[in-house]
Amino acid sequence: MTLHQFLDTAFGRLGWDALPFWEIVRHPHDGKAWLNGLIASGAASLVVFGALAVVVMLTRRRWWRSLWSGWLTSVDHKKIGIMYVILALVMLARGLVEATFMRAHQATALNDTGFLTPEHFGEFFTTHGTIMIFFVAMPFLTGLINYVMPLQIGARDVSFPVLNSISLGLTAAGAALVMVSLVLMPFSTGGWSGYPPYTERSFNPGAGPDYWIWAVTLSSLGSTLTGINFSVTVYKERAPGMHFFRMPLFCWTALCTSILMIFAMPPLTVATALLALDRYADFHFFTNDLGGNMMNYANLFWLFGHPEVYILILPAFGVYSEVFTTFSGKTLYGYRALVLATMCIAVLSFGVWMHHFFTMGQSAELNAVFGISTMLIGIPTGVKIFDWMLTMYRGQVRLTVPMIYALGFIMLFVIGGTTGIVLANPSVDYQVHNTLFLVAHFHNMLIPGTLFGMLAGYTMWFPKAFGFRLDEIWGRRAALGWIAGFVLAFFPLYGLGLLGMPRRLHAYVEPAYLPFTVVALVGTLLIVAAFACLCVQLWVSVRDRDHLSVRAGDPWDGRTLEWATSAPPPEYNFPVVPTVESKDPFTHEKLDGKALQSPDDWQDIEMPRNAALGLVLGLVGFLGCFGLVWYMWWLVVLAALAGLGAVIARSFTRNTTKTISADEVRAQYMEWLENVRALPLTVRSQESSRANNGRAMPVMKEQQ
Amino acid sequence: MSRHPGLNLDASHAPAHDQAVTLVFGFWVFMMSDVIVFGLLFATYVAMSDALAGGPGPHDLFELRTVFIETLLLLISSLTIGMASLSMKHERDDARLFIWLGLTFGLGLAFLSYELHDFASMVEKGGVPSRSGWLSAFWALVPLHALHVSAAMLWLVVIAVQVLIFGQDSEVKLGLLRLTVLWHFLDIVWIGIFTIVYLGELG
Amino acid sequence: MTREAPEDEAGARAADAAHERRSYMKGFLVSLVLTLITFGVVAFDIADRITVLVTLGLTALLQIAAQFRWFLHIRLRGQARDDLQLILFTALILGLMGGGTIFILANLDARMH
Ligand code: HEM
Repeated sequence: MTLHQFLDTAFGRLGWDALPFWEIVRHPHDGKAWLNGLIASGAASLVVFGALAVVVMLTRRRWWRSLWSGWLTSVDHKKIGIMYVILALVMLARGLVEATFMRAHQATALNDTGFLTPEHFGEFFTTHGTIMIFFVAMPFLTGLINYVMPLQIGARDVSFPVLNSISLGLTAAGAALVMVSLVLMPFSTGGWSGYPPYTERSFNPGAGPDYWIWAVTLSSLGSTLTGINFSVTVYKERAPGMHFFRMPLFCWTALCTSILMIFAMPPLTVATALLALDRYADFHFFTNDLGGNMMNYANLFWLFGHPEVYILILPAFGVYSEVFTTFSGKTLYGYRALVLATMCIAVLSFGVWMHHFFTMGQSAELNAVFGISTMLIGIPTGVKIFDWMLTMYRGQVRLTVPMIYALGFIMLFVIGGTTGIVLANPSVDYQVHNTLFLVAHFHNMLIPGTLFGMLAGYTMWFPKAFGFRLDEIWGRRAALGWIAGFVLAFFPLYGLGLLGMPRRLHAYVEPAYLPFTVVALVGTLLIVAAFACLCVQLWVSVRDRDHLSVRAGDPWDGRTLEWATSAPPPEYNFPVVPTVESKDPFTHEKLDGKALQSPDDWQDIEMPRNAALGLVLGLVGFLGCFGLVWYMWWLVVLAALAGLGAVIARSFTRNTTKTISADEVRAQYMEWLENVRALPLTVRSQESSRANNGRAMPVMKEQQ
Repeated sequence: MSRHPGLNLDASHAPAHDQAVTLVFGFWVFMMSDVIVFGLLFATYVAMSDALAGGPGPHDLFELRTVFIETLLLLISSLTIGMASLSMKHERDDARLFIWLGLTFGLGLAFLSYELHDFASMVEKGGVPSRSGWLSAFWALVPLHALHVSAAMLWLVVIAVQVLIFGQDSEVKLGLLRLTVLWHFLDIVWIGIFTIVYLGELG
Repeated sequence: MTREAPEDEAGARAADAAHERRSYMKGFLVSLVLTLITFGVVAFDIADRITVLVTLGLTALLQIAAQFRWFLHIRLRGQARDDLQLILFTALILGLMGGGTIFILANLDARMH
């Protein structure tokens, strides 16, 4: 074997031209090549130096060991949840930067003067969409559910803790693949939906679509496993007395979302796998020739895609339900109606996928059927909106940060939903499909819906997870900034869509578009400022954590079980598994004076031991997929063998649990309890002040 | 008594029993997710059944005889793995368990050999996936089933080794229970394959 | 039969084992017969295409039901009800997705010719 052959085998098709500044080297006299090369190199160096900085910091502070045993190999649902949320926030930063670049480009793109090359712009909207859906929204909601749901149902952990860390590993591997594509370019230019034939080998033979395929596949496998884990947890791990109809609404939405994950991720896996077969093995599923049918791809993709948007929104609905009931000091209005509406939405979501391709050419009758089924979804959603408003009605409403997000949500989401009903009409859709009207619509659902919900949940449960509240002032600035920024950034897009501006547009010659795109840019900058406020908030809160401490665990006069335990909760969540007698169990305990009791029956607790399997499979998944992207077949084979070996080796471990003795549990609990009992009760008017120590005076007691 | 196939850990040990129920239920959910994968490949296959693109078709490529043999092999193996799980449930006899597991493995191997023979003869006659959309659909669906069978056989070997090392402890039992579910499930998918892929095209 | 009596537990277990073995045999025989019918219809070419397809569909469904019943012990009552609901829900989703796929693609196909 010559050196040349060896290098070919070792590096596959990875060459110098994958480096972000290669275009500059190739066209040193082209100004645009310089500009785009510099942008790409800047991003790449951020990735590389960011990673280096993390490594240096970990080494300097000697955190490797605690990172390993406390986090990376931990199978504690709370730690896994936190890691998911961190992943989501990091990726959100990248997605936002990309959004800003796109908006800045379009605001300067009249008469083709924009600064990005078409390929670069294509990568921007593809990575932005892919990241925001798969690596921001999905990990965020998975993280929140992971943290909160087991606590709310009174469980010690999810049903399959190791599987949980495998899901995290796979999702993180997908995200890592997208990050690496900044250093070894390019990523796909085919949009987040990756439609063939544009993403087929004959049109796009490079590594881009392969990066997209494998990143998305890893993430969808992770989500499938998550769905299985969560739904089995809700089915089998509820505390005694926690009947289905006593579960907090967030758990219901978690259950429905997980069921959707179980059934909706497989179509995505099939779609990307078949596309991969087309690209790698010369199959003909979606090609132009030899009987391929690219319309089946659209069909398969949206069989996933539509339930997916409900996967994204239902947990947010759950968060809002908790926010409205907690911060109104009232039990949820129309609980059963909300549960039924959630189930209706979940089932209906499988019957509307065709509205994503009304214009593909099927008959008008078929379009009409799917148009009607789409509009039907508006009904249960409307029911929910009314239930939330009636929850606030005559409640003791406190305008805390989660509540600001929730109110912004109600107003903006109704507008977004209305435009959805407009789009559900096939004849209207023929006019505005593929325009910025659609982009405005789905951002209107995803930002005020999903993202605000996630941020509200983050603010509400942060004190539970870390023992101190987030700073209120910076939180308000962030929330108001998000709301105002959203309105400015996306309402102009409705206008642009009606003016006929297509989405994913690199350059235009219509001067009427210009003012709208400039306003949208301003709005986007406001959103970036809001995100900066979130970062400042985190910084300030960590700095002032002693003043914001709520170790007693109940800063908001919570109604559900997660507030009954300390903040942060012990590894085993509850010293004694609670017995539930009603809805809003913790409120009833507080009112009946049964909260903060010391149980008399202590037992040993069996908890799962740490496991490295999730980490190993994540690493192996990343390496294997990286090998697939660049045709490094040796790496693919090695990774596959290592993964298989790890799973088999794991099946030979017998000693997978550890026991925490009853004495230890009791000692820990009694110490906490004594501290808490010494604290004064906080009334709601002090909720946002430093007087809030996490021991709440129930609102109803206050009123008496 | 629980109605799960062979789900009978010591009844006195309630938490272990709950855990077993949870584990088997979780595996069922996983299988159902897999059903969707197969279901969509079936739908794609049906939708592409006209996409021959002038290439060879079912009558040129399929052999009814071998498909019939494969069907019988798999059906018998369903019976033998069921017997394996019953033996685990009611007897403590490792030797018997090994006989049933060995039979199952052998039948699986025979099934795979016949399938490989089928695939080879298809390739020989020009029925490769790159030839047409219909062939692509075939080659994604049927070999995926074969891949599942191979994985199940690997799992079976792992379980057998564990019996040698650990005896029939509860992990082994749970493993075999889930393998049984998988194996039956693969037979059910095969019913779909011989009905839709082979007979539906030939009939 | 005194199944409840503790001293008879071994006997009860043996009866149980025999019962379950019979269940497997039943499932096996039913599946075998259905398989033979299925292949017979096609091999001996005894009916027109529509009849053949209908027969194939019916025997396949019956055989799937039989295997669920006798191999996988899915019943209408008892502890396996969660499993049954799961399977029925899966069938619903599969019908929507699979049926929808075939229908939509056929519709598109028809309009292209
Ligand atoms: C927060 C501020 C955000 C801004 C300013 C923003 C901006 C944009 C822009 C400019 C585009 C390209 C539109 C075009 O095709 O012309 C886009 C596409 C998209 N965005 Fe956002 N976005 C934001 C947040 C989000 C979030 C939170 C999500 C999802 C959770 C999201 C999901 C998407 C998707 C799926 C696309 C489509 C990508 C494609 O065309 O393939 N965005 N966004």
